[in-house]
Amino acid sequence: MISPHRLHLTPIAVLVGLSTSGCGGAGDEGGHAPESPAESNIIRVTGSDTMVNLAQAWAEDYQGDHPEISIQVAGGGSGVGIAGLIDGIVDMANASRKMKSTELKRAEQALGMSAVEHVVGLDALAVYVHKDNPLESIAIPELAEIYGEGGETTLWAQIGGSSAACSRDEIVRISRQNNSGTYVYFRRAVLGAGREYKLGSIDQSGSKDVVALVSKTPCAIGYSGMAYATPEVKSLPVAAEKGAEAITPTTETAASGDYPISRPLLIYTAGEPTGAIRDYLDWIYSPAGQRIVAEIGYVPIKAVE
Amino acid sequence: MENSVRRRVGLRAESVMELFVYLSGWSAILFVFGIFFFIVREGAPFLVHELDLGEFFSSPNWRPDSEVRQQFGIYALLAGTLSVTALAMLLSVPLGLGAAIYISEFCDGVTKESLKIVLELLAAIPSVVWGFIGYMVMNPIIIWATGAPVGVNVLNGGIILALMSVPIIVSVGEDALKAVPDSFREAAVALGATRWQLIYRVLLPAARNGLLAAVLLGVGRAIGETMAVLMATGHSVQIPSGILDPVRTLTATIAAELGETVEGESHYQALFVIGTVLMLIAMAVNITADLVVKGIRSEERS
Amino acid sequence: MSSLRAPIAPPGGVFQFTEMAVRKRKTEGRVRALLLALTFSLLIPLVGILGYISWQAWPALSLDFVFQNPRNYMREGGVWAPLVGTFYLVFFSLLAATPIGVLAGVYLNEYARDNWATRLINLCVVNLAGVPSIVHALFGVGAFVHFAGMGRSVLAAAFTLAVMTLPVIITSTREALAAVPMSFREACWNMGASRWQTIRTIVLPNSISGILTGIILQVSRAAGETAPILFTGAVFYVKVADQGFGYYFPYGLGDRCMALSYHLFTISTQVTGVTEAQQYATAAVLIGLVLAVNAVSISFRVYLRSKKKW
Repeated sequence: MISPHRLHLTPIAVLVGLSTSGCGGAGDEGGHAPESPAESNIIRVTGSDTMVNLAQAWAEDYQGDHPEISIQVAGGGSGVGIAGLIDGIVDMANASRKMKSTELKRAEQALGMSAVEHVVGLDALAVYVHKDNPLESIAIPELAEIYGEGGETTLWAQIGGSSAACSRDEIVRISRQNNSGTYVYFRRAVLGAGREYKLGSIDQSGSKDVVALVSKTPCAIGYSGMAYATPEVKSLPVAAEKGAEAITPTTETAASGDYPISRPLLIYTAGEPTGAIRDYLDWIYSPAGQRIVAEIGYVPIKAVE
Repeated sequence: MENSVRRRVGLRAESVMELFVYLSGWSAILFVFGIFFFIVREGAPFLVHELDLGEFFSSPNWRPDSEVRQQFGIYALLAGTLSVTALAMLLSVPLGLGAAIYISEFCDGVTKESLKIVLELLAAIPSVVWGFIGYMVMNPIIIWATGAPVGVNVLNGGIILALMSVPIIVSVGEDALKAVPDSFREAAVALGATRWQLIYRVLLPAARNGLLAAVLLGVGRAIGETMAVLMATGHSVQIPSGILDPVRTLTATIAAELGETVEGESHYQALFVIGTVLMLIAMAVNITADLVVKGIRSEERS
Repeated sequence: MSSLRAPIAPPGGVFQFTEMAVRKRKTEGRVRALLLALTFSLLIPLVGILGYISWQAWPALSLDFVFQNPRNYMREGGVWAPLVGTFYLVFFSLLAATPIGVLAGVYLNEYARDNWATRLINLCVVNLAGVPSIVHALFGVGAFVHFAGMGRSVLAAAFTLAVMTLPVIITSTREALAAVPMSFREACWNMGASRWQTIRTIVLPNSISGILTGIILQVSRAAGETAPILFTGAVFYVKVADQGFGYYFPYGLGDRCMALSYHLFTISTQVTGVTEAQQYATAAVLIGLVLAVNAVSISFRVYLRSKKKW
């Protein structure tokens, strides 16, 4: 099957392309989104921002060995990937949270088959503060009071994090875009079931700008994947309960389950994958693919090369 | 005979061409109504079945994805858009009109051309670059200068939007001043008026409508701007109590969230309803500006 | 107008300024200084921004940065893949918008009578120009991505950009046509030419450079926009071949593509390990592209004005 996707643009092809696709309108739906992506050699990957670097790294290395395969990687958040999978415009949805039951149901209706989950790694969600912040550790109930609706903690003095650099002592809460997997996971794991975020946090669109903003803002606190740590921010050890031992997020503590806020990194496919997607997924589970997980800063779940 | 065939073919080609000209001419109407149609269409199910318009406009709670209770209130977002736009106008109107007067009344030749080119270049800087500057450069500067806890806020967005809307204010404003007949200036100077008196007493009243239109177009530009405010205002759902609070605008909300929604779910549709609101605001601003400009023309004619 | 200066008294001359004249001159000086300050305060941010970005970008900027693909998980290499994506989007958006825009300009200046329909069209052009870019994005999603079934693709993104650039092309075409003196047309009509013949042989050739100036300006606008392509075709990463045909023509019309403006957004919000210099360098390339296009348009305009025959 020659897919119009591979139509390269020589000047003539441009005109052909315009006349076939430009005027195709509603009747031409199949022409742009092949019905069985498995037969095509394009793999469309979309989803979690936490995983977008990982997905990009996989794609870059895999295509080095398999030049016939084209992998398009997009971020935007777990919700985007899952939405795309349901809409049929994405072959692999990266997610840093599990699909909601409503989403699973919609996928079943729209695709005629269920979405299949693949765990490809683990991520520890680190809590970041500015490097000048004197705070040594933080407990989950304290975090919940900072971020949760009705939470009382608004000043650094309340948890012993006052510093000269933050002159007004006000805690600047940096959060993530709603619907990002990180946002949803943090809500469940830290705030607890049924509790909402306090409005008025600064909602960043990517995992990186959370850390970047914390590094430039002495009063800030933020949460993001542990892979995003930079020398300009401090990643706080987190205790599950007040008074409990605070655990530093590392590959080991996340793998052992000691670190309290770590989560699986997931890839969803429509049904059990076949063809090119199957091969790609197998490669991701191979030592070469898992080595990249570790290199990007996450926790591999299979043996590493 | 051959000649007449050629002539007939020529006439045929000509009428086909003219048909295209007519169709293209009318396409602007098609596109404006098309935009309306598609935006309203995507948002319609939510608008009709689920949306409580009172809550939509009066509630500050925007929690479109809550697992506990979804809430669709854009009051805080409206407040965000209005506060940033108001601050931007406070800065850009004096700057823009001042520059328009200076360029139109005090400069000519090369200086005038160069200043206009500077403004064109200012207008050409892409909005994502402005956002990048707000986020990377101005955030630390604002924290340092004001002691605010965070530097991505109304002030940051306002300054950036002001710089983005100044070029349009200057260019439309200068056109308005240029439209004032030279005889007005000559009469005023002949009466012994200073340049300041000439500007204040003669030019400003005479170009009143054009200058107002310039300001309105600047407002339209500021309200509609997306990427710059997404990166520079802090993107925080709250009603600002001062210019150092972070806020979130209508445009930024759509830009940040649309990609994460599924076609057909209420969050997706709610964002299209916000789009409709934005479109209505923009149209109101533009039509007013247009009527104001038309106002001068008809006055001139009479 | 600068010739209107207050009279200057001869040194030690007979005429003395009255107190009022002195005051007048003082106010005048103050007003002038104030306005000058306002105007030049616009220059400072422009120079400051350009200077600061180039300074920060300097360590990362090189020809290789422009012509190499991003590599090693986007931490190294350059911006070729997004840059060529931007070229694609600009090219196809102009391909779609130019014929419609120019013909619409022709219609409005040459055919339309002054009636309610024309006023409606003009009002629509004004409104189309004022539609916020994110609303164009919504329209693109509703009309091109979903309704026309294009999916998120180069084509859907280019069409969305085309609708956005259309009103300005219409307006600048109309202005360029209006600058052609009526006597040119009358002369042509008197020789028995039809309306369309006149437009084709006299009006368009005499205004083509003005029309082009307007179109070139839209290149820079289309290249810089991010919001309209966010949901209609831009993608985080596509592997682009490092040489050969695929290097110059990496994307198909139905593919999603990288774009420079969106690339700047993603590397500054999502990608780890990208140095600040690389982010600034990407911003510098984007600004450089846009300003270069503007410079072409401006010099074209200046050249035109010097060449004008009537």
